[in-house]
Order: sequence, then structure tokens, then C-alpha cells
Amino acid sequence: MTEPSADQVSGASSLIRSLEAVGAEVVFGIPGGAILPAYDPLLDSSRVRHILVRHEQGAGHAAQGYAQATGRVGVCMATSGPGATNLVTPIADAHMDSVPMVAITGQVPSGSIGTDAFQEADIRGITMPITKHNYLVTNADDIPRTITEAFHIASTGRPGPVLVDISKDALQSSTTFRWPVEMDLPGYRPVTRPHAKQVREAARLLVEARRPVLLVGGGVIKARASAELRVLVDLTGAPVVTTLMARGAFPDSHPNHLGMPGMHGTVTAVTALQKADLIVALGARFDDRVTGKLSTFAPSATIVHADIDPAEISKNRATDVPIVGDAREVIADLIVAVQAENAAGRVGDLAGWWRMLNGWRQTYPLGFAPAPPGEIAPQHVIGRIGSIVGPEAIYTSGVGQHQMWAAQFIGYEHPGTWINSGGLGTMGFAIPAAMGAKVGRPDTTVWAIDGDGCFQMTNQELATCVVNDIPIKVAIINNGNLGMVRQWQTLFYGERYSNTDLQSRRVPDFVKLAEAYGAVGLRCEDPSQVDATIEKAMAIDDLPVVVDFVVHADAMVWPMVPAGTSNDEILAARGLRPDFGDGE
Amino acid sequence: MSRHTLSVLVENKPGVLARIAGLFSRRGFNIDSLAVGPTEHDDVSRMTIVVNVEDSPLEQVTKQLNKLVEVLKIVELDPSGSVQRELLLVKVRADLETRSHVLETVQLFRAKVVDVAPDAVTIEATGNAEKLDALLRVLEPFGIRELVQSGMVAVGRGPRSITDRSLRPVDRPA
Repeated sequence: MTEPSADQVSGASSLIRSLEAVGAEVVFGIPGGAILPAYDPLLDSSRVRHILVRHEQGAGHAAQGYAQATGRVGVCMATSGPGATNLVTPIADAHMDSVPMVAITGQVPSGSIGTDAFQEADIRGITMPITKHNYLVTNADDIPRTITEAFHIASTGRPGPVLVDISKDALQSSTTFRWPVEMDLPGYRPVTRPHAKQVREAARLLVEARRPVLLVGGGVIKARASAELRVLVDLTGAPVVTTLMARGAFPDSHPNHLGMPGMHGTVTAVTALQKADLIVALGARFDDRVTGKLSTFAPSATIVHADIDPAEISKNRATDVPIVGDAREVIADLIVAVQAENAAGRVGDLAGWWRMLNGWRQTYPLGFAPAPPGEIAPQHVIGRIGSIVGPEAIYTSGVGQHQMWAAQFIGYEHPGTWINSGGLGTMGFAIPAAMGAKVGRPDTTVWAIDGDGCFQMTNQELATCVVNDIPIKVAIINNGNLGMVRQWQTLFYGERYSNTDLQSRRVPDFVKLAEAYGAVGLRCEDPSQVDATIEKAMAIDDLPVVVDFVVHADAMVWPMVPAGTSNDEILAARGLRPDFGDGE
Repeated sequence: MSRHTLSVLVENKPGVLARIAGLFSRRGFNIDSLAVGPTEHDDVSRMTIVVNVEDSPLEQVTKQLNKLVEVLKIVELDPSGSVQRELLLVKVRADLETRSHVLETVQLFRAKVVDVAPDAVTIEATGNAEKLDALLRVLEPFGIRELVQSGMVAVGRGPRSITDRSLRPVDRPA
């Protein structure tokens, strides 16, 4: 917080000074007509670093990557009309994945709003359903309060994106900059303290359950509750599953970790939920990719659902014990309540449950079919990156097969080291998100695990990385196809491959493309060279590196619960339905 | 499905109506009727929304509404504990021959005539939905030329006011 101050300045200066005062260090953006006034004082700001991206979508995903790597609010900026509409995808992505982000857009002068002026788009109207909140500012005096509120709303409660659209005349007019300013949010009051009675009830259920599972979602990472979660797990001995958004919230190396649940989860994680008598969901939202066919999900489980967003509770799955609160506070209180149960002599007995779980783990470990001789298995590449680079690095991904393999085969030990587009499923997320993560944590190695399809959607940000000294590493898992779509065509459309062959083993030449950007381009086509290539990429730390791993095109993501079916129908591999033999 | 009347207190700011209407359509909830107007506080508007949903979607819509930053408070008003009114203006064919019959109906329903033309009268009526439906059924044989109806507004019975206490959303059990 700066000293209270009041100066005569332009609206644009007021905006930049507000950003400085609120602690924004980095803004990803592109100037244009309506936002131009803001870029002038930005040039003089020593506290706000602006990174000029090549496409506004890149600015938005970079802000998301920055936010998820640092836990701070990510900021992106664009001009009116197309600049703003290019932010729509990252805003929707941040909304689905609860990423704290503030998007600032220029708007045509207030007198021209509604006239279909050049580069006019009603971005506030467009983003209403995909923001946590949004603003149209037409009076420069409102700028400091609006920026204060936007950062507060984005980062508190259930985090999310906030858009601030500012008309050009507001940026140009004269105003008084005051700081700090009072917020005016009478209707915004997120509940973070859980209800003690509900927590005690959850603790009682936890020690009484014979087959409990802790279903950990992205909220645990947002709430920075990993340390508390670890204590709770060690106290109760309960098994843990981490959703796609929660990979890293709990160490993969911990014996109680059963892996990821859901459509491409481990057989053990999926089945544990199906057979559970108690599910304690912590910051998870029972997404359809996790539950499969909802009516058949975990039929005998009592549900404890803790979430900071009351609207998530009983939205999809009816809840027996609802707990509204911040995941860290909920887990901390749960620990105390379980300790009280234990002190009173009530301790869970999970020996039988663990015998079952360990049996499944042994019979159905995560694995993959070897590639044909001479070809590279994509899972092998991703697994080796995880092993060689290690769990201290940050991994981002695009969306598709490579994303699922990255979630499965890289071992995560720390929260914030896995950054992906979970809810919206935005192809092209990896490179700009990696860029943002690297800017936020420059001393950490950042790998973008990308597909050849995804890479071609956002690779222009490699230019941004080269020019701004942001040395990310990109592994293109190049199977020449839109791999996940092709997998569905293989399984559900009689191997009729309609428009999934990108021919990207031929066009473009990814190595030459990387070199054209001034990055280092490497290619690996030989299974025996996978380790050496990864090590070579790791040895370069002053430039972005792009590695084109040319992999086996027919590899598929397993296990799989086909869309719309019950989790009981999980296939461990093609045509292989696990037999649990107990009819339970 | 059952009808529920929600009184929603919102900040009087531009775009609030669009935000609320958008939320209903995006989440797939149908609005039967919607009325918006000022309250005794300048900075607060009141919306009366009638929805036709099951109980569990109603809970979901209430929670989603509560998440909107500009929504201050939501109260469900049940029909027996509240006064619910709609306003109807209807233009009915009425020549010399039928006019007296029309006027008799107006009297019976304690409605009033607000405009007269040689072959038509315009009738104003207020009441709950059932009363207005009954009035329309009786007027229909004369020939309805034009009909306009407001959304429902409602207020709880008794001395208490939903705007009395702090205008912050109540912490509702999840």
C-alpha cells in the first residue's frame, strides 16, 4: 500500500498508477487505438513490466500461466473490438478453471458507444457469462476504485477473471488520482470460514467410514492447502485422488495417492470412487469428466462436499454434508476435528479397504503399449521428460492426448507445477501459459508439453519469448494428427479419420520454424535418442528450445471411460474391462 | 414443476438486468415473469422474478444469483405469506349493443375503464394471476383487440421489510 495521495493526472496515468499501487508487476498485452492513451504512461512505469505479445489470446493465457505459477493476479491488456474479442477465449478459460486474472480493455469514446464505431465491440456484454464480474468505466474518477475492486474480486473467494473496459475519453480526461480508495461492493462477501458443526460431522464420517476417499480438486491448490492436506491424509490414512486441476496438490510419490480420477484416470482412482462409502470432496466440482454418467457415479457413497463456492455444492451430485469455506481453513479444521474423534477413541479402520486398493493398483497399474519397433511411444517421451527434468520444474500443456499423458506420466510433487486448461479445454494453451509461468518464476525450468495441433494455434508467442528473454522449453508430441479426436474416431467412428490428419510431420518443419523465431530447434525420431535430446534441451538456458518429438500416431490414452457412460465401464486398455469379481 | 416468486434486491447500476436475464438463459432456467423497479433506497432496485422450476434447480438458481456481485439479497415469497399483483391493460371490442355487458364485467372484477372509443373500451385491472385470467376469460367472447400485462410484483405480509436490515446477502446454508 502506498501513502494516501491525490494528484491531478490523466485517466491513463491513473490506470497505470492504480496498477502499480495494487502490486501488478507484469502486464501482457498489445496496444491499439482505444487503449493507446494507457500505453503512454506505461512507457514510464518502472514498476509495471509490459510484455508485448503477438496475439491477444497469448496475452490472456500468459496472464493465466503467470497467475497459476505465482498465485498472484495475472494481468492482460488489449484494445477495443478485435483486441478485446481475442481475449474472450482466455477469459472463458480462466472462468472455468478459477484463475485470478484482470483483463483491461480500451473501449471507443463513450459518446461513440452504441454507434457501431470503428473497432467497437460490447466486450462487457460479451464477457458477462464468462467473467466473475466486469466493468465499463466511462468516468476517469472511477478508475482507482474499479482497479482495486477488480483485483479484490479476482483474487478472493473463488478466484476468477474480471474484465475492466475503459472508454478512450475516460483515459484521456483529467482526474484526481487517489490511493488507497474504498471499495464499494455491498453484495460481495465470500464465505471462507467453514461451519464448525458441519466440519465435526465430516470428521465423524471420516473415522466411521470403511471405504473413504479424499477427492482433491483445484481448490486445494488455489487455497494453498497442500501442507494441511498432507497432515489430514497422514492422520486419517485415507486414500487420495487428485483431479486434473489438482495434479501436484498432493505428492504423486505418497503411498496414499491413487492418482487421477475421471475419464482418463487410473483404474484404482476411478474404482475407489465407485466403491467408496464416503467421498470427501475438497475444492472439487464433480465435473462430468470426473463422474462419468452422473446417475451411476459412486452409488454407495455419502458425500461431504467442501467448496468456497456455495453454488458448486449439490450442483451436480447431491451432498450429504455441505461445507462452504476456503479449502485450507476447512482442512485445518477437519484435522482438529479428526484429532478430537481419535482422542475419544474413534479411529478409522481402513486395512480391508487398503487391501482392495492395493490389489487393484497391482493388477491395473498405469502403463502403455510399446510403440512399433523403431518408433517412439509418446508416453515414453513425456515420462522421460518428467524423470530427467524432475518435479521442481513447471509443466504446462495444451489439450488432447499429450495433456492426458502429461497428467499421467510426469510425477508431480508440488502444487503449481502443473498448469493446464482443464474446464474449457483450450488447444494452444501450453506455449503462452509457459511464457507467463516463466515470467512469474524466472528461476524455474518451464516445459510446455504440446501437441502438433495445439502448437500451430499459438506458436507465435515463441517470438515474444525470444525477444523478451523468456527461455521456455517446448516438447511437441508430434503424431501428425489431432490425436485425441483421432482416438475417438478409432474407437467410436469405425476408424473413419475425417479431418484429423494435419500432416504436421511434413508441414511445417518445426525445427526450421523454431530457428526462424530465433529459438533452438531440435528433432528426435529415434527412440534411443529421447534421453539425449531432453538433456540437450536442458543444457540450453539462454534461449527458448523447441523439440519436435516425432511419435507413433496410433498410441491411445488409457484407461478410458467412454463419454456418457458409467465409471463402472472403465477400460484399462483397448477392450480390457477390469474384473473386480466381487459384484459389490 | 412449481412456481416460485423471488424478490431480488440489486444495486441500481447499468447492466444489472442484462446480467440477471443472461444468467437465467445461460443456466437454462425459464422466467415466467420479471418486473423491475426502484425501492425506498435510491441505490437499490428490486426485481420480482417468477420462475417455474423444481426445488433443486431453484436452489441452484438462487445460489448462482447470489454470486452476482451486484445482487444484494434474495428472498423467496410464498403466495400465502405475501401480496402478489399484476397489472393488466386490455382493449375490448364494445359497441352500443355490448358496452353495458362489458361494463358490468368491469364492475364485477373491480376493474376500471381508462379509455373509451366508439367501438372499444380499454380496461385496467390489477390482481393476482388467477383473477386476471378469470377476467380475460369473461372478456374474451366480446373480442380482445389488444392486451398488455406487467410482470408480477409482490411484497411480504406483516410489518417486516426485506430491505430493513443490512442490504448484504444473507449467508445461506449451502
